[in-house]
Amino acid sequence: MTALATFSLNKRFGGVAATQDVSLAIEEGARHALIGPNGAGKTTLINLLTGVLPPSGGRIELQGKDITALAPHQRVRRGLVRTFQINQLFAQLTPLESVTLAASESHRLGARAWQRLGANAVVRDEAADILERFRLADVMTRPTAELPYGKRRLLEVAIAIACRPRVLLLDEPVAGVPEGERAEILDSLAALPADVTVLLIEHDMDLVFSFASRISVMVGGALFAEGTGTEIAADPRVRAVYLGEGGHG
Amino acid sequence: MKASARAALQAASRWRALEFAFWLVPVAAYFLFPRHYLLLNEMAIFALFALSLDLILGYAGIISLGHAAFFGFGAYAAALFAKHIHPDPLLGLAATAAGAALFGLVSSVLILRGTDLTRLMVTLGIALITYEVAAKMAWLTGGTDGLQGVVVGPLLGRFDFDMSGRTAYLYSLATLFVLFLIARRVVHSPFGMGLKAIRDNRLRAAAIGIPVNRRLAAVNTLAATMAGMAGALLSQSTSFASLDVLAFHRSAEALLVLVIGGTGWLYGGPIGAVVFTLLHDRLAALTPQYWQFWVGAILAGLVLIGRERMRLIVRPWRWFKAKKVGE
Repeated sequence: MTALATFSLNKRFGGVAATQDVSLAIEEGARHALIGPNGAGKTTLINLLTGVLPPSGGRIELQGKDITALAPHQRVRRGLVRTFQINQLFAQLTPLESVTLAASESHRLGARAWQRLGANAVVRDEAADILERFRLADVMTRPTAELPYGKRRLLEVAIAIACRPRVLLLDEPVAGVPEGERAEILDSLAALPADVTVLLIEHDMDLVFSFASRISVMVGGALFAEGTGTEIAADPRVRAVYLGEGGHG
Repeated sequence: MKASARAALQAASRWRALEFAFWLVPVAAYFLFPRHYLLLNEMAIFALFALSLDLILGYAGIISLGHAAFFGFGAYAAALFAKHIHPDPLLGLAATAAGAALFGLVSSVLILRGTDLTRLMVTLGIALITYEVAAKMAWLTGGTDGLQGVVVGPLLGRFDFDMSGRTAYLYSLATLFVLFLIARRVVHSPFGMGLKAIRDNRLRAAAIGIPVNRRLAAVNTLAATMAGMAGALLSQSTSFASLDVLAFHRSAEALLVLVIGGTGWLYGGPIGAVVFTLLHDRLAALTPQYWQFWVGAILAGLVLIGRERMRLIVRPWRWFKAKKVGE
């Protein structure tokens, strides 16, 4: 079954076509990567998928249902969750508050105004689990703004996990994380439940090839090639436009 | 880990000793200053008004220059209710709350769009329009003469609003306390945390499934209700409503109060209101013509010094750590 699919998705900014006729199908439970040189339209595609931008044409389906007209928060409630390339955190909230809030929302308890945050044991335990898994337990009561960058990067992903995604869009999850601190994030990504579908947008080729079983290549706003890691690595056209540039785009 | 997460979440909403102490002050003031009930009443009303602004400014991050629209609406609504429908103050307060909630809900549509700057303009616009409408509808509001002939019945059928302001103060204080408890409960809920998330990062708030516009409309409605009730307390305790309740300076003063007391911790409004009202009262007694100048000078000083350094000034034992400030 297809978890996430686009059909002839288009996005034009004035005369510029940022996304051209993109038809992408991501299988349930897949570890799919989307690569492409800078300016290839990866971020625009993410914004279209998550509803931040309205498409100029085409359709998006999440688990067989048309979500093209849904607002961002409605897509999240249906299980389409993303992380951001540049941290988008709640500066004055603590990791505990941030993750508990995200878990509350995913259980549809976020509108409760007459109950304490974390009064629900399921939500609370889920949040505690995630904080532990992402090694944030020791800093969970400190304001996010005071955390070191590596911890904030972990929190960026932890908040998304607390939303209980069916399909998770990871926008360069290790961007800016020093080599030595990547293991924590990579371990936590590897530990994601197998039935969660992951679309990874990434520049780091080592990570792409080790993580993804399928890879789509975008160039100039259009899908350029798709295949397994071996196929993509062997594709001479891909090597020419992308890998040939030095491997780290 | 689960136990410590639970403990930390519980601790966040637990009552602290200082909070109990804080609420003992207005009770003590009742016994200590029996000749100043009118001033105390003014403080309690202002505290409630500023508290309501803190809900949208400090928690949801919406800057409003027109919060007096709700305050004034409530003042007129309560006065008109007492004059034309029923003199009972609690009935009037309830009816005013319902009306102000509706006003808040409708006005939400306007504040949801745009950036901070456009919102500033829109909220200012709402207040100016409300002022002009009240001025033009003289047949209902009394226009520039104010609404006269308002007779408010005794509280609970027993306690008259006397000249000393005793009933008024206790009535306002009780209303403030009840609404404060409600606000306190709400800000520690998932809903309240969602508001802070929207304030800190609206993009991410939507990305974790928060319906941002609906939540903002909800908190604007709540804040409008509380501001309207503050207005009701004023017109009920003075048996009078004039255009002054809708004036721009009320919106601005509520913001000033929050500058003094701080936003996003609920006590900023009450503390700021007490400080501001005292300043106003003292300075007006000293220099009746120039009190605003001194209020302005003090506020400018406060902003220039900054709250961090202010904390140091009142805690001289920390002077030796002063180097850290400003880094």
